Amino acid sequence: MTPTALRRLVALLAGAAALTAADAASAYTVYVSNERGNSITVIDSTTLEAKQTVKIGRRPRGITMSPDGKVLFLCASDDHAVLAIDPATLKVMRKLKSGPDPELFALHPSGNPLYIANEDDNQVTVLDVEQNKVVAQVPVGTEPEGMAVSPDGATLVATSETTSMAHFIDTKTNKIFANVLVDARPRFAEFSKDGKRLWVSAEVGGTVSVIDPETRKIIHKVTFQIPGVSKEAIQPVGVRLTKDGKTAFVALGPANRVAVVNAETFEVQKYLLVGQRVWQLAFTPDEKLLFTTNGNSNDVSVIDVQDLKVVKSIKVGGAPWGVVVSPQ
Amino acid sequence: MSLSWRLDWPGPGWPRLLLAAACAVLLGAAGGVGTALAQQPGGGAPQSAEAVQTPAPVELRLGLLTREVPPPPLYDLLAVPADDAVAGAELAIKDNNTTGQFTGQSYALEPVTLAEDEDAGEAARKLADGGIKLLVVNLPAADLLKVDDAVKGKGVTLFNIGATDDALRAEQCRADVFHVAPSRAMLADALMQFLAMKRWTKLFLIVGPNPADQLYADALRKSAKKFGLKIVADKPWTFGPLGRDRSDSITRSDALVFSRGVDADVLVVADEANDFGNYIPFRTFEPRLVVGTQGLTAGTWHPAQDAWGSAQLQNRFLRATGRPMRATDYQAWLAVRMVGEAATRAKTADPVALAKFMRSPDFSLAAFKGVPVSVRPWDQQVRQPLLIAQPLGIVSVAPEEGFLHQRTPLDTLGMDERESKCRLN
Repeated sequence: MTPTALRRLVALLAGAAALTAADAASAYTVYVSNERGNSITVIDSTTLEAKQTVKIGRRPRGITMSPDGKVLFLCASDDHAVLAIDPATLKVMRKLKSGPDPELFALHPSGNPLYIANEDDNQVTVLDVEQNKVVAQVPVGTEPEGMAVSPDGATLVATSETTSMAHFIDTKTNKIFANVLVDARPRFAEFSKDGKRLWVSAEVGGTVSVIDPETRKIIHKVTFQIPGVSKEAIQPVGVRLTKDGKTAFVALGPANRVAVVNAETFEVQKYLLVGQRVWQLAFTPDEKLLFTTNGNSNDVSVIDVQDLKVVKSIKVGGAPWGVVVSPQ
Repeated sequence: MSLSWRLDWPGPGWPRLLLAAACAVLLGAAGGVGTALAQQPGGGAPQSAEAVQTPAPVELRLGLLTREVPPPPLYDLLAVPADDAVAGAELAIKDNNTTGQFTGQSYALEPVTLAEDEDAGEAARKLADGGIKLLVVNLPAADLLKVDDAVKGKGVTLFNIGATDDALRAEQCRADVFHVAPSRAMLADALMQFLAMKRWTKLFLIVGPNPADQLYADALRKSAKKFGLKIVADKPWTFGPLGRDRSDSITRSDALVFSRGVDADVLVVADEANDFGNYIPFRTFEPRLVVGTQGLTAGTWHPAQDAWGSAQLQNRFLRATGRPMRATDYQAWLAVRMVGEAATRAKTADPVALAKFMRSPDFSLAAFKGVPVSVRPWDQQVRQPLLIAQPLGIVSVAPEEGFLHQRTPLDTLGMDERESKCRLN
């Protein structure tokens, strides 16, 4: 080996080491619930490899994590329970009361309570996760699914799929104080970090309504057009907003694409081709990567948020549904 | 049109006691939670949910006309349940009422089951005179027309969930009738698209003796032509109801060799009464697939359907009735949901305004089919995907990929505006 070549190699190795060190600082763990696989797949955000897939619960769908990253919550729909899982061992620590058929939930920013959509019973269950106690059951529209808590914790929004409304619930009183009619089959709700905007997707309506939570008025309806994809195949489900409130990512279901939307002008900037029937999305905390669950191709696509490119697809379990990334 | 509006809480019709109890539990048990929720400005939560005057809910009453099912033979595997259609409508009433709690609308169903020889027109007139302006009709075409004549001028809108006759959407079309049931043309097109997609292009058509079978066979012949399939043989079924007479059914040798020597890809059966179609599969001379009214069928609903959230609807129905949801139940459900959706979106309970809205291009609803269903303005047929299914499984969904239409692929099923003999728009 010539000295030049050796120097090059050393430089390369040093660079690789630096790269690894930089990445190690942002190594997150990604958890994917597999609805038909009855399992969770664990992905390393650095290597982008699936580390393991573990059988857990029946029909796992909604998945989220406590703010401290110590508890993984999972809706085990057919067990009619929410499972509190140790993220390190993936062992079920506690089985929590969820009300029947829990589909999706949202955790209060303080880490308690958990607000659970009971899809078959037209209600939202408010669960004190520490005491495993049902605090309230709030009747909502038919087939509640989308759940979001405002960043200040004061407002819970539940969307009901057949009623097609976003129900605004006061978290102090657990009472509905407003209902906003959106397009058909609202599946997901997401607040902007400043709490000033609420994005609600309508799967069958094919739109995303951007609502002012203070006036409860729809200020814009985002629509999507993809050349070569029929209008009917464009079915928005999961929505994620960057912390700066400038960009929204919208999963478009059987259109097999994630739309990148300018959250200020509401214009679609780009459509990213991902796996089949993309439903839910999750950022890494540093917002460098976005993970998508593709239910029909049984994989997860990884989007580079800066470059707006799909960098990898990772095989997971059967019919991946939800995804959450550890906060550390 | 702005689609957002606010309704004050507690809304009409709410179980207030339950709420009070829930709040008491909250106050008693979750002080810790409450204190964590300091109210911040601009958070969107109101200071209080003050109850302003809540008007009594507006009631929407829907009628449903159906006819008693004749008593079944000794044992009928395919017996029509006594609450066919009614159970579907009742589920939709429940769904509508859940939404109605937020919109100040309540829904009620008045089902009327006619005796075998009872006059449908008379019953419809009675319902109309009793204030029913929205009437779901699960009856054959002749009865549907009788009903429509009987309520003429009474401001009644009909929802046809039982008659697939193409004539009702053509020369006999009426402005006050919405067709929720698919037409025979739609059913035939759905199957033919599937066969064309599979390139199973040589068809052997077997036609039953009933007038309905002739109508379905006509639709199949037209559809085969439309999608470039070839009918290589077209024969009447002359061996009687062998498929139904199961108890002492014998294998008839003439029926067994009936299909012999015809070079066809599939046998297409027209047997709406279920008399003989189920006799054919596996009894053919050559190995042949069977499609049509038996074997692989097209329809609005199927017990095996679970995509697009329909597992929820299937479960709700199964829990309420203890039986799977039939296509007629689904069509009844859809008719009542159309009324509910129109009332929610148009914010009215006025039957005339509702019918007008349902005709408009602004109207569509989610119906567990993956895409919104809506109404064709020229003949008031509900455009909808159709399920292609074998007895215990979904095989495909029409319209098939690649069948395109300038308006929506759904309009590749059934009579398109240009060829329609009905002009209601």
